[in-house]
Amino acid sequence: MEPFLSRYIWTHTRKQQLWILLVVALSMVPYFLSFDLPKQIVNGPIQGAGFDGPEATQPFLAISFDLPFFGEVNLFSGFDLGREGMLLALSLVFLLLVIINGLFKFYINTYKGRLGERLLRRIRFELVDRVLRFPPGYLKRVKPAEISTMIKDEVEPMGGFTGDAFVQPALLGGQALTALIFILLQSFWLGIIAAVIVAVQAIIIPRMRRRLLVLGRERQLTARELSGRVSEIVDGIGTIRAHDTSNYERADIAARLGRIFQIRYDLYQWKFLVKFLNNFLAQVTPFLFYSIGGYFALQGRLDIGQLVAVIGAYKDLPGPLKELIDWDQARQDVQVKYAQVVEQFSVEPLIDPKVQAISVNPAAPLTGALAAVNLSVADDGGSKVVEHISLQIQPGEAVAITGGTSGGGEALAEAFGRLTWPATGRIVIGDADIHDLPEAVVGRRISYASSDVFAFQGSLGDNLLYGLKHAPLTEVAYEGDREVHRKWELVEAKLAGNPHYDLNSDWIDYQAAGATGPDDLFTKIRAVLDVVQLSNDVLALAVRSTIDPSEHEAFAGEIVAMRSALRQRLEAEKLSDLVVFFEPGSYNVEATVGENLLFGTVTDSNRWEMALEEHPFFKTVLKRAGLHETFYGMGLEIAENVVELFRDLPPDHPFFQQLTFMTAEEIPAYEALLQKVRGKPLEEVSEDDAIRIIRLCFGYIEPRHRFGLLTEDLMQKIVEARREFSDGLPADLVGIIEHYQPDRYMASSSILDNVLFGRIGHKHTDGSERIRAIVRDLFESLGLHNKVLVFGLDFDVGAGGKRLTSGQRQKLNLARALIRVSDFYIFNQPLLALDQRTQDQITRKAFAFLRDGERKPAILWVLANQDLTELFDRVAHFENGRLVRDEPVETRSTDSDYKELAS
Amino acid sequence: MLLKDEVEMLRRITLFSGLPPAKLKLLAFTSDRVMYSAGEDLFNQGDIGDAAYVILSGNADVLVSTPNGQLKVAEVEQNSIVGEIAILCNTPRTATVKTTTALEALRIRKDDFLKLLADFPEMAVEIMRVLADRLSQTTSELTEARSRVQRAEA
Repeated sequence: MEPFLSRYIWTHTRKQQLWILLVVALSMVPYFLSFDLPKQIVNGPIQGAGFDGPEATQPFLAISFDLPFFGEVNLFSGFDLGREGMLLALSLVFLLLVIINGLFKFYINTYKGRLGERLLRRIRFELVDRVLRFPPGYLKRVKPAEISTMIKDEVEPMGGFTGDAFVQPALLGGQALTALIFILLQSFWLGIIAAVIVAVQAIIIPRMRRRLLVLGRERQLTARELSGRVSEIVDGIGTIRAHDTSNYERADIAARLGRIFQIRYDLYQWKFLVKFLNNFLAQVTPFLFYSIGGYFALQGRLDIGQLVAVIGAYKDLPGPLKELIDWDQARQDVQVKYAQVVEQFSVEPLIDPKVQAISVNPAAPLTGALAAVNLSVADDGGSKVVEHISLQIQPGEAVAITGGTSGGGEALAEAFGRLTWPATGRIVIGDADIHDLPEAVVGRRISYASSDVFAFQGSLGDNLLYGLKHAPLTEVAYEGDREVHRKWELVEAKLAGNPHYDLNSDWIDYQAAGATGPDDLFTKIRAVLDVVQLSNDVLALAVRSTIDPSEHEAFAGEIVAMRSALRQRLEAEKLSDLVVFFEPGSYNVEATVGENLLFGTVTDSNRWEMALEEHPFFKTVLKRAGLHETFYGMGLEIAENVVELFRDLPPDHPFFQQLTFMTAEEIPAYEALLQKVRGKPLEEVSEDDAIRIIRLCFGYIEPRHRFGLLTEDLMQKIVEARREFSDGLPADLVGIIEHYQPDRYMASSSILDNVLFGRIGHKHTDGSERIRAIVRDLFESLGLHNKVLVFGLDFDVGAGGKRLTSGQRQKLNLARALIRVSDFYIFNQPLLALDQRTQDQITRKAFAFLRDGERKPAILWVLANQDLTELFDRVAHFENGRLVRDEPVETRSTDSDYKELAS
Repeated sequence: MLLKDEVEMLRRITLFSGLPPAKLKLLAFTSDRVMYSAGEDLFNQGDIGDAAYVILSGNADVLVSTPNGQLKVAEVEQNSIVGEIAILCNTPRTATVKTTTALEALRIRKDDFLKLLADFPEMAVEIMRVLADRLSQTTSELTEARSRVQRAEA
């Protein structure tokens, strides 16, 4: 990258800089005119100069000028106006000039702003582009947060500076020079004095500022390191807490902040010292003018008029000069920042842009063998992890790599996957070096998966299809405003040197997944999810998600229809007691009392809490149903039990997780409340206290809590009160309860709850697993499985995929590679997080999947388990970074048989 | 069956008999009541142990798999506890427990059980006593078996 910011700006904005310079020069004309005008107005129409009598007129807007040789040229003799007329006309001209000046300023500022923003966009893009082309070794050494701070924050001031980079010095320099020349013309000696002071300022101040620059650079580095450390703390919070090293981190951060403070304070001190000196020098000049100029005037060597003119002219000098010095400061500041950033991003060797050039055409299959030729790979410390390996994988061949962690097989696979670059030797396909081939070929025809997974924040489906998004494949047709916007986007992207690939286009390369379009892609997705045994996980995510039934009307209908199918199925399998269904006419013992009473769920718990406390509706209904007193008694019983059970436990005791009625913090409050109300009849208890007791009932489930509080009679009463709650619900409470209706989809409940339409019983330990299996089976038999699965693909995996387990992430990663149609698959122990049995199963399935049909891609698999070698054509065994055995599977097995016999 | 009945049941188990009733109630409250029909497995040999079971009613067989199929080594009935070894030593289940009648049990989760042990050392001592009892019994059985083998070889 260009090491000097000024040159960088000049290269990319030359034309615009010249244009803005021209505009600025033009804007000077009305600017100076507007200086002159007030004098004309005061002298002319107001004081009457030029107007000899009351009726006298003067020409307005006369255009005439003197030309040498021609004499006076009169283009327009002007309008004759009287004093009032002239006053009005000149005032209007003044107003016009004000507007014109304003407009010029507006135009110049927006233009400069736009120029700066474009350049900022260009720099930022260029930096990210370089990150995408960094060699792999370099990326291991830099902290991501530091890179992002550089791109986000540190280049920011460069945009602001761009507009001023050339205009400002030209303008201010011009002004200062004009003033200086004027002074020189008035009085040579005084002019020399002014020039000397200016020179002193111009020499000393920048020198003093060098220290400022050093400090500025340190400030930038320490701030960047701080952001790196903070992100490290966030990423490593688990490790920090587990090892009780939080105070070490505190100390580290405090020390860093102290250092930053020291630098910044130093910076302030210098800055204001420089400012002081600068101001002093600016002010010392008039002192010299007054003293020396005055002395000259007294001596009679200088006339007073000249002195006044010089002092007047000097007023215009310090302003531009100061701004010029400030500009220079800003220039050096951004130059330092720029140089810093450029240094970090100037890494050799960067990947050639041609290698990553976009290609919308499908890559032709690779016909040559993938081979390592005399390959050595070194780790960061420089020691060789793989030495002088030559290994060839023919198209269609399956090669297992064994030898354990220190063997070197993993390093070889990483080199094949282009995660590391060879120290010596080459990796070739046919005759071509893999690093010279475009990524559009090797990145598509070779698939790589390891146990080191990166999942992007977004949906599970997006992550699964990530490996297919090579290029925008469709041309999106925009209409109306969006078309205009798209055109604007294209122009702007071009002006800022950004690519104009359309993010809204369909980037998914269906052919690369062996599908023809979006419609049959799902079959492939389903197939790979099955292979990596992720279907059930995805389905589990799907059934736990809530959907909007108005958006998926047909699907919601099918789910509702499934309810009866589930009942029949459970009856047929004699498992009816697994789920207790919601029946409008009977009490559901596995659901809470609250659910039974409302016969629905609360959709907005905050409003519900408020309503429970303040709305008279609940109390009146409870009273009318004869439940008020019963519930109060029941609540008391619950409170007594809970307080007795949990009173002695510390608030962080894990048993509190089992407590649903109240939080650990509320226990003392309820203890006090019990003391207060114990033995009193309900009438004497205050309303608030009664409600606090009664609300405890709502969470009670008899089979779970087993306090023995629900009688047949009470259940009957609760069921009878349901109608009152649903029919009599006042208008201001509508919407906080969603009622259970056997024929309607409940938007606030998950898909699974909608299928069950009931609660899973507590009696069976594995009840929920069994139900899940049955529901899964039902989905399959009713042809709903894929429809449900789609909702699972919408699951947001979180930053870095953290909402998935590490096993799920690795499965996803493997699926991401399998869904791509490639010629070579390199699997570098992709499933380490799983247990051995599952690893074996998935490996076999993946093998079957890749060997299915016409396709016969080559497979290179770094195996942890020796038993699986039977699947492969060849086994390459590594020890200490060297290939010690490379033999076909059959001979190897007979060989070992022989050895066994011999021993 | 209610919480207080469960407390009564727990009290009859030697392991828990020394605990104050309030703690037994807490133990019962934090545990799950589970039901099995005849012929179901509470857990299988080799599983990871995640809970112990107190049999409230019904009977079950303790089975160990041997090369010659499953061997019944013991029988458990009302008021006994099974599965505590696996959650104490973090080992896989040493045996399979299969119900012979309909069975009702209290399932005490591992974390809760360990927490109780930590909170009530007298319970830990009791556990030690029960285990030591079992060990001495096993040792004597082993001695007997060995001597029988020796006699047979001789």
